[in-house]
Amino acid sequence: MSTDPRPVPHPPANKPAAARMTGAEAVVRSLEALGVTDVFGLPGGAILPVYDPLLSARSVRHILVRHEQGAGHAAEGYAESTGKVGVAIATSGPGATNLVTAIADAHMDSVPLLAITGQVFSTLMGTDAFQEADIVGITMPITKHSFLVKDASEIPGTIAAAYHIASTGRPGPVLVDITKDAQQAELDFSWPPKVDLPGYRPITKAHGKQVQAAAQLIAQAERPVLYVGGGVIRAGAAAELLELAETTGAPVVTTLMARGAFPDSHPQHVGMPGMHGTVPAVLALQEADLLIALGARFDDRVTGKSELFAPDAKVVHVDIDPAEISKIRVADVPIVGDLKDVLVDLHAAFTGIVGDADRRAALATWWDRLDLLRAEYPLGFAPTTDGLLAPQYVIQRIGELTGPEAVYAAGVGQHQMWAAQFIKYERPNSWINSGGAGTMGYAVPAAMGAKVAEPDRVVWAIDGDGCFQMTNQELATAKLNDIPIKVAIINNSSLGMVRQWQTLFYDGRYSNTDLQTGHDTVRIPDFVTLAEAYGALGIRVTREDEVDAAIKLALETNDRPVVIDFVVSADAMVWPMVPQGVSNSEIKYAREHAPAFSEED
Amino acid sequence: MSTHVLSLLVEDKPGLLTRVAGLFARRGFNIESLAVGHTEIDGLSRITVAVDVDELPLEQVTKQLNKLVNVIKIVELDPDQSVQREHLLVKVRVDNTTRSQVLEAVNLFRARVVDVATDALVIEVTGDSGKTNAFLKVIEPYGIREIAQSGLLAIGRGPKSITERVFKN
Repeated sequence: MSTDPRPVPHPPANKPAAARMTGAEAVVRSLEALGVTDVFGLPGGAILPVYDPLLSARSVRHILVRHEQGAGHAAEGYAESTGKVGVAIATSGPGATNLVTAIADAHMDSVPLLAITGQVFSTLMGTDAFQEADIVGITMPITKHSFLVKDASEIPGTIAAAYHIASTGRPGPVLVDITKDAQQAELDFSWPPKVDLPGYRPITKAHGKQVQAAAQLIAQAERPVLYVGGGVIRAGAAAELLELAETTGAPVVTTLMARGAFPDSHPQHVGMPGMHGTVPAVLALQEADLLIALGARFDDRVTGKSELFAPDAKVVHVDIDPAEISKIRVADVPIVGDLKDVLVDLHAAFTGIVGDADRRAALATWWDRLDLLRAEYPLGFAPTTDGLLAPQYVIQRIGELTGPEAVYAAGVGQHQMWAAQFIKYERPNSWINSGGAGTMGYAVPAAMGAKVAEPDRVVWAIDGDGCFQMTNQELATAKLNDIPIKVAIINNSSLGMVRQWQTLFYDGRYSNTDLQTGHDTVRIPDFVTLAEAYGALGIRVTREDEVDAAIKLALETNDRPVVIDFVVSADAMVWPMVPQGVSNSEIKYAREHAPAFSEED
Repeated sequence: MSTHVLSLLVEDKPGLLTRVAGLFARRGFNIESLAVGHTEIDGLSRITVAVDVDELPLEQVTKQLNKLVNVIKIVELDPDQSVQREHLLVKVRVDNTTRSQVLEAVNLFRARVVDVATDALVIEVTGDSGKTNAFLKVIEPYGIREIAQSGLLAIGRGPKSITERVFKN
């Protein structure tokens, strides 16, 4: 890694102290001064003034999307693949409300997102004016913070504050709603503006005594598990995690949001925990005597019935957000701080206690148990019985042929789980998905955003036929702006995860989950011709022996987006699975197949 | 569950009350009473909120409130270590036979009559909720026509101030 300090935004040299300009120009100048180079958006009446200076902006590239939700997810993908702030712009009313899903998504997954919306004239606010919506009010529960700007002179300071709030502490979405008259009025622009946020002081440095207590618990534990959440990725603390893990010798599980925070190839990695986690990962947590939760929030999809989760474990909980600690599970040792620092401190404290003693030997019995589980219950999938492609095989081959340097964005559902399970992640920010909100339609625009941020990386959208139909209009954006993403539609002709639950819990009554896009259907729409209509390369794959060639062709095609329609079996299900509302000890390895020894106690 | 009194020092920004009230509603916490007013520092307001929760959810409420960018400081006020007051305006029906009895109650409770009509009195009572409730009980038989009641106000005893150390740089 380069030792250069992170580039700090600074005003261009030789700039006069204050320049007279419109609020709209100040929006663009502020973004430039913050170092923003790419924004995603779609203009409309109330944001029109901002779009004029955008046309001549030197260092900000605006990418015109086809739907504001696409702008929001693209900004998220941009942020999640790099750690930078993603920026989305929309007009008032429906433009702003179309951003709401993406804002909610960013809020659930702690994505640094700056959403800028136009608002009707301040004199018209509250009168039900044309395209008026109280977007500050609407987004209050789903933003980290929001601002309404009615005075042009407040624009630079507000945008700087919003950027600061979005990107520091626990990252999240911040909305800046600017009235049209504020955009049109003039102000004296100077940078940096004064940012005064007396109520915003994220805690970053942890309490030394707590770190010491945590290290003590780790040193004493016989069955510790490092329960790694997405916070490790947001903190950029993967290297620090690796060091702590190797020194302690403890097994590591990476949640859906943390895939890639710890290398899958590492012998201490026992998999993803949760509803569709690996048996070793789920049971490691269940049987642990100490959970070291790092930037994880004990989500119900991880814990199962939370009262029965990890019943014998003490908990060390590290998070930058104090409100996450003891929210679901009371922590024995709470640590509030930035993981990048805390992990280093924890490592030092731990080494101070154990010295050169070999921790691996101390954990030998624990590892014997976990190795047995790994041998007995490896991740795998059964061949399909209808002769159609196994979706897991397709996803596995995409990962194997593309490698860990790529970025993989997923939608939500079965394909998302398989992509989390069967692609091997070796680095943080290589896996982006909608974890908390579960937003179908996330993949295509998020992949597009990631490709804009990381043009030299291959970017795959692993999508479902249901998800793809929610946001595929952004293929036009990708094609016209030279953003050659690759989309793998795992086409099982249905809303697969819902169908799986109908199979398991509703006696196979398939109510409204058949999408008729796959094998032996009318294929509405035909994904290959749809791709071609958007100027993308469309490929259909129906047989196993066509899979590799199609993936390779996609990898070689970089002059336009690629869409591969992988026609797969609708009967494939995601395993392992913990049914909702029960203890994680009741994990099923496959249908009617629970691990034998989970019933012992 | 028990009542806890929280004092919030907040920036006086539009929508602040919505943010605070919305957070309570969203997280499923019940507000018993809420009072808002200015402080001695320009631009800062103080919200006194009485909330009925257990200890652990209370910690969650406090942490979640602290995350609101415009919330500067939160203090829980122990009833023994603070002065807590409610303000009550009540309109009571009176006639020539009951007026003196009501006035006697006013005197006993150290309340004040702030408006007089031939057949009604408006009475002002200040005190903790025990006192205001007791007063209402006493005058209820005479016929209460209307009540306006403030949320609980509270301030810590002794020389310390909620605003100190807030803006020390």
